[in-house]
Amino acid sequence: MVSQLELNILEILNEDARTSEKRIAAMTGAPVEEVQKAISRLEEEKIIVSYPAMINWDAVDVNQVEALIEVRVSPQRGEGFDAIAEQIYRFDEVSSVYLMSGAYDLMVLMHGRSLKELSLFVTEKLSTLEHVISTATHFVLKRYKDNGVILEGRQGDHRLVVSP
Amino acid sequence: MNYEEVLSGRISAVPPSGIRKFFDIASQMKDAISLGVGEPDFNTPWDYNDAAIYSLRQGHTHYTSNWGLIELREAISEYLKVRFSIAYDPNREIMVTVGASEGIDIALRALVEPGDEVIVPDPAYVSYMPGIIFAGGTCVPVPTFAQDDFRMTAENLKKAITPRTKALIFPYPNNPTGAVMRREHMEEIAQVLRGTNIIVIADEIYAELTYGGARHVSFASIPGMWERTITLNGFSKAFAMTGWRMGYACAPRELLAVMCKIHQYTIMCAPTPGQYAATEAIRIGLDNDFADVLHMVRTYDRRRRLVVSACREMGLDCFEPNGAFYAFPSIRKTGMTSQEFCTAFLKAEKVATVPGDAFGDGGRGHIRISYAAATDKLIEAMKRMERFVSGL
Repeated sequence: MVSQLELNILEILNEDARTSEKRIAAMTGAPVEEVQKAISRLEEEKIIVSYPAMINWDAVDVNQVEALIEVRVSPQRGEGFDAIAEQIYRFDEVSSVYLMSGAYDLMVLMHGRSLKELSLFVTEKLSTLEHVISTATHFVLKRYKDNGVILEGRQGDHRLVVSP
Repeated sequence: MNYEEVLSGRISAVPPSGIRKFFDIASQMKDAISLGVGEPDFNTPWDYNDAAIYSLRQGHTHYTSNWGLIELREAISEYLKVRFSIAYDPNREIMVTVGASEGIDIALRALVEPGDEVIVPDPAYVSYMPGIIFAGGTCVPVPTFAQDDFRMTAENLKKAITPRTKALIFPYPNNPTGAVMRREHMEEIAQVLRGTNIIVIADEIYAELTYGGARHVSFASIPGMWERTITLNGFSKAFAMTGWRMGYACAPRELLAVMCKIHQYTIMCAPTPGQYAATEAIRIGLDNDFADVLHMVRTYDRRRRLVVSACREMGLDCFEPNGAFYAFPSIRKTGMTSQEFCTAFLKAEKVATVPGDAFGDGGRGHIRISYAAATDKLIEAMKRMERFVSGL
């Protein structure tokens, strides 16, 4: 359970992780020390895990390919899916691993510099892991919305400048 | 043709809106940050839009009942019960209107006869006074003051009541001040009204937007007040649906029947797609305990604190606004009038705010800052305001 203050802090940092403690204090009406204490607790409890910037790599002139790979595995006795998941998430190329309900077991998100690099990873490393039954690789062609943020398209403030 | 001879003198005598005047100035300014907006910066949640689009696909493009879709009225009835503990029968005690604005107009026209007086707190939303005059009545402003947190006091209300008093417009949480009336303050107002025939037009469009713990109390929920209250509300502020123009009026059936007579002859019914969108808004809210609304309220609350503390840090008196999405600081210290301040601030720093006296004489010496704006814009605007004020 998080307190009302902590919930406010999480929403503020989720919107802008660079918001200063002083500003958070102004926005929540809590003293700065209390804000600092709350943030420390949220970090210790691993509720706030890290503070990355959200970057639209598509707009940067670097080669970056993202793929979403459906992986079917046979769970291991006593370990379930955890052991095989760990074997997969240890790779640096892998950015996310989720256990899924439905037609496949693990969803693996990965980044690489080229299609070739990712393909090689899938065929040589992922598919050959013991307990992996099959994989299906989907390459990301275009990103429209990421983590609640619309990356392009019609946006902006369309309200009248002054209204009653 | 001399149009002055043909136009209604009563209507022509209504002064032009101070907001309109300021809009003309502000809209000339390119790239200004606007804190002059009286509507949410949130977009309508797409689920509501989708419900309207689906209704169009289904071919629901005909008139609805004058009162509005029964499923919407039932949803409103449930909503008011759950959120504000007031009971209205979806049959004959709830009518869907074109925004709460239509509710104000038809409530006044249903009640007011020439010479009747209608009491309005000052400052208040810009439509009340003209609405009263359009209906043939006389507007009696009751001043409210920063030292009372801009609440209407029983004492000042009493002074304004005459044998011609027909109605009291009771708009809390208040635009432009952000003032709220707590239950105990409403009790005092109710005490003045008991035993009179005065009808209360409770414009509660900002009812969902209150801060600091206490929820809005509907005037109709005060003992003995239901029978004399017309509750006006709508979807614009709580559900970010301003452009849909979806409002509703709730009242004892004898009162609402007369309002419906005006509505049926002048409007027929509120637009049908909007009624479907509004029904969906309440349905989703009842399903998820109004999570969307609560999220908006938390966001507004943080911006509110940001703006109020920034105003105070720059040395301006700013009472704690506990409702709506406006701060109403005093700029008297600067020696400027509200109009001078807002115009000079806009020209120097490209930030639009609204002069307090656009909302009545009681707003003199204040400006209305709307914090329905993105946080980074607010922070930048407050930085510029600090620079502007300290440079005076």
